Amino acid sequence: MASTGTADAHSEANGAASVDGVRRRDFIEIAAVSAAGVGGLAAIYPLVSQMAPSADVLAESSTELDISSLEEGQSIKAVFRKQPVFVRHLTPDEIKQANDVDIDSLRDPQTLQERTEDGHHNILVVMGVCTHLGCVPLGAAEGENKGEFGGYFCPCHGSHYDTAARIRKGPAPKNLQVPTYEFTTDTTIVIG
Amino acid sequence: MSFPWAKNYEPVNPVMKFMDEKLPLPRLVYNAVGAGYPVPRNLSYWWNFGVLAGFCLVLQIVTGVVLAMHYAANSGIAFNSVEHIMRDVNWGWMLRYMHANGASFFFLVIYIHIFRGFFYSSYKAPREMIWLLGVVIFLLTMATAFMGYVLPWGQMSFWGAKVITGLFSAIPLVGEPIQIWLLGGFAPDNAALNRFFSLHFMLPFVILGVVILHIWALHIPGSSNPTGVEVKQESDTLPFHPYYTAKDGFGLGVFLIIYFAFVFFFPNMLGHPDNYIEANPLSTPAHIVPEWYFYPFYAILRAFTFDFIIEAKLWGVLAMFSSILVWFFLPWLDKSPVRSGHYRPLFRKFFWFGLIPCMAVLFYCGGAPAAEPYVMISQIATAYYFLHFLVILPIISSIERPEPLPFSITEAVLGSDDSAVIEPAAKAAE
Ligand code: HEM
Ligand code: FES
Repeated sequence: MASTGTADAHSEANGAASVDGVRRRDFIEIAAVSAAGVGGLAAIYPLVSQMAPSADVLAESSTELDISSLEEGQSIKAVFRKQPVFVRHLTPDEIKQANDVDIDSLRDPQTLQERTEDGHHNILVVMGVCTHLGCVPLGAAEGENKGEFGGYFCPCHGSHYDTAARIRKGPAPKNLQVPTYEFTTDTTIVIG
Repeated sequence: MSFPWAKNYEPVNPVMKFMDEKLPLPRLVYNAVGAGYPVPRNLSYWWNFGVLAGFCLVLQIVTGVVLAMHYAANSGIAFNSVEHIMRDVNWGWMLRYMHANGASFFFLVIYIHIFRGFFYSSYKAPREMIWLLGVVIFLLTMATAFMGYVLPWGQMSFWGAKVITGLFSAIPLVGEPIQIWLLGGFAPDNAALNRFFSLHFMLPFVILGVVILHIWALHIPGSSNPTGVEVKQESDTLPFHPYYTAKDGFGLGVFLIIYFAFVFFFPNMLGHPDNYIEANPLSTPAHIVPEWYFYPFYAILRAFTFDFIIEAKLWGVLAMFSSILVWFFLPWLDKSPVRSGHYRPLFRKFFWFGLIPCMAVLFYCGGAPAAEPYVMISQIATAYYFLHFLVILPIISSIERPEPLPFSITEAVLGSDDSAVIEPAAKAAE
């Protein structure tokens, strides 16, 4: 009970409400809580950020490939950022199949032209990462299942890609991704 | 809280008296799982599975802490360190098989526990909070088991990690950055393995905390029972100890016999042989599947193969998460005042001939290859699954005519209950 008296005296001295209900102490309360809130958020930032890829992971260098020995109808698997890349030397038949498709009927409309480099439209470079949930599709190696459209087949949940590695059937939303790359010579590709 | 007739803790031993004054821990135990906790007298063995789930959690923590003394969470040596546990560490093979099969049996027990809840509508008032906490425990356990399965760094570990974190990439716009952030890289690698180990070590203790809340919430209304009629009087209950300590103890014995039969005689039956091949980021196994206990949800994920307003991939992910989140709403979807399926003729039919076969089909399809006819079958089963919870249950609960309930648990057990006769007479006298 004694404390009530003290508190009253206290509030009269410092925090008594003025006519509009605002106390002088309100300022200090809001300031203190805001400072603690901002401090709390600032403390969370490094805890969240530490989970992002570290400098060494980001520093993965680019990948250089020699494709001089890649014959028509052959593929090679390379590695870029610890993920597979498929490089395929398309046959005229595969190119024809890819160009015969009605572009508007595709889930992710793109022409083979757009997916390859000028002057090298018969070299198809794509990430070997299914755009559904990230499995490595089959079809790059000899004898593997190429799916119903003669390109790649992802066994995880049954996505079929055509000869231009475009999604044609199954749950994947996008065509196999074409990484950034360039031809440094006629037979050398640098990815990344 | 407990019933007014609950026995009171009265320590006689001076040490216990001292303890009771300073830190009443023995009193807490006495009132929680001792003679001071009255429990419906008619609980069947379906009520054994909560205690079994608690046992499994302790089993996983004990074997897990021991495994962590020998395991190395580095993508260069993780696979070999598990082989080292299997070949070189004293009893390592047994501890690892106990942990791996322990996870499977944990899920078996939890599934039975949850389906017990479905049949007896244990989620209804006043037990909603127990149910909600239970769903939280289930989600946390799924996350823990998923991350544990990544640790041996075999082919299924790696590709499981890739596919499951790939789920997040379905989120529009921020999906891919989130996946990269979760993995700490562009594909699962050392960063991912390390954080999964850290979380796999910690989450079971979070689960333990939520389990304590779950039991706390349970001890407010007390257990439900096979009739679904609430406890009314002392003759409806028995003290937990010695009656249910004995009954649960017997159930635990049966559980241990079956569990150790697997640990010693079929230790790899529930696992996948591909996980004995070291992770290879460049080659996906021809047929990747999660652990068996994720099959139904995996089947739902794969059931969406066509775009409709949003991408098929996003549909699959949303459906998979919703299939568990819908359980959170169960207490408000099933409005029937009668709890037990024994007195609900229509509900019972849809339980045994709807939900159970639907789950069985989803289990089967989740482990089958992603090809026809399994895709179509999963689609039908997925449709039924959601229909059951969102449409059928609410309709049943409004049109069904329940069978007559016993007056009390005592009447259900003994055939008659004196107070059942006295009460109307007392009313008439008023
Ligand atoms: C909710 C409880 C838990 C569940 C469901 C669970 C589940 C799993 C699963 C499925 C595996 C993979 C087993 C295999 O195929 O080899 C695993 C591995 C492992 N877990 Fe757990 N775990 C739990 C608790 C713990 C705890 C508390 C720890 C440590 C404190 C732990 C440490 C480990 C270690 C070191 C491994 C890797 C060794 C191995 O693969 O056998 N676990 N866990
Ligand atoms: S990851 Fe390729 S179809 Fe799902």
